[in-house]
Amino acid sequence: MSERPGGRESERGPSGPAGGQERGATSVPGPATEATRFEPPISAVAAPFWDATRERRLLVQWCNACQRPVWYPREVCPACLGSTLEWRESQGRGVVYACTVEHKAQTRALEAPYVVALVDLDEGVRLLSNVVGCPPERVGVGDRVHVTWEPLSDGRNLPLFAPGG
Amino acid sequence: MSLRGQAAIVGVADAVSPTGELDSHGRALEARVIREALEDAGLTLADVDGVCHAQSSVALAEYLGIHPRFTEATSTGGSSYEIHVEHAAAAIAAGLCEVVIGVYASTPRSDRRHGRSRAFQRPPGPDPMAEWELPYGMRMPMGPYALAASRHMAEFGTTSEQLAEIAVSTRAWAALNPRARYRDRITVDDVLASPMQSSPLHLLDCCLVTDGAGAFVLTSAERARDLARPPVYVLGAGTCHDHGMISQMPDLTVTPGVVSGASAFGQAGIKPSDVDVLMAYDSFTITALLHLEDLGFCAKGEGGAFVEDGRTAPGGLLPMNTNGGGLSYTHPGQYGMFLIVEAARQLRGEAGPRQVRSAEIAVAHGSGMVLSVMSTLVLGTEGALS
Repeated sequence: MSERPGGRESERGPSGPAGGQERGATSVPGPATEATRFEPPISAVAAPFWDATRERRLLVQWCNACQRPVWYPREVCPACLGSTLEWRESQGRGVVYACTVEHKAQTRALEAPYVVALVDLDEGVRLLSNVVGCPPERVGVGDRVHVTWEPLSDGRNLPLFAPGG
Repeated sequence: MSLRGQAAIVGVADAVSPTGELDSHGRALEARVIREALEDAGLTLADVDGVCHAQSSVALAEYLGIHPRFTEATSTGGSSYEIHVEHAAAAIAAGLCEVVIGVYASTPRSDRRHGRSRAFQRPPGPDPMAEWELPYGMRMPMGPYALAASRHMAEFGTTSEQLAEIAVSTRAWAALNPRARYRDRITVDDVLASPMQSSPLHLLDCCLVTDGAGAFVLTSAERARDLARPPVYVLGAGTCHDHGMISQMPDLTVTPGVVSGASAFGQAGIKPSDVDVLMAYDSFTITALLHLEDLGFCAKGEGGAFVEDGRTAPGGLLPMNTNGGGLSYTHPGQYGMFLIVEAARQLRGEAGPRQVRSAEIAVAHGSGMVLSVMSTLVLGTEGALS
């Protein structure tokens, strides 16, 4: 199952030149000119996470010392600085904590409108992702969602979310 | 030792244009506003022994040919300049230096028109944002603020109309400022009819993109009393940050301004009702609303109701962003400098048609990155100090 929040006809945002040029000063860059979805680099510590996505499994780190889930993947636990962390498989289900519909695509690979959301996994961590598989305006805070996968060019899959779960 | 009354802003300057574009940029523009701020203070470059710059304090000092014994290059986005004042005031209080300049200049509009490169190099090494956020096409910087607004609406019932009230009130202040980028009054309906960007934020919920520059001169309270302008004392200062990426923010409805504000207000010995002018960084309408709650002007969740009926507009109970704000005055990218400049002008009684009567205490509340780094300055007149 692969669901994209958008196709290629994405350069035309809904706002005119004033919308694009006048407002929203950007001090943090995005890959605005890329024609394909920005593919995440693989940090050394997160290599097991990305390997598991090849099998469409969602892993979350847990600290063995304080038994807390850790997101994003780190070498040490941000709660206790413990350095023994293990990977556990997530059920991939959660709830939308916050969401926005992007009406102008940040990258040419995505066709606006599409949903960017913070998802609270049931295991207790919060991820940024897209919610796909339904009209964007249907997605709301508090909605139950489940993980779905979009293939990346190197065999990895990117975790996205879809309604229900 | 408290910072209260130890140091004072004695010179300010800013460069903006109603066209949104300036005819100089880079170091030349920085030097221009530094010269104007020093002239405002009645000081010269020879008096300066401390320098603040959010990217390159050493390169700036070299360009100016000065040899500072205090150097400050903290870079926290839009709140950098409040932090610079905080640190410089502490250094002055500790006797490390006596006259400190701070400066900011950025010209995104004319850079684009003239094809000047603003290429950004991502830092080498592991980059959590690239790995965990960039793949999802969140627009920067409005996406994270839209997420915060969506959460605030879901938790507290805040409405788009209430957010729009902030844009309307801020524009009413801009209408009184001949140097503002936009001065035509707008209505709530105008805001709601403007194109949706990152929902629930419309175009008119978002700050401008303009050229702009500003500078301040800070010195000891003792020296300030001998200078040309009425001193604007630092009564309190506080800073706090809790995340770099929005997905790591513990609660999207509560900013670190809760901590920075309480620290600054506590040092100053004031409460919100003592504040005559609030300069609260308005990168987006939701940003200003969160500041109102987190600084204690209203309870958490009540910001929407608080801003109704022009409470922060000219003639309202809480004059907020009296220059017209990032929403209507100027916003070159890191707007925090302009909060300080306007607060000083209001406290010196130099704000012309938009002057808040008998202003004695002003707050400049800077907000950096994605609701990440808050820094609060409480500033006051000689009357507020005694």
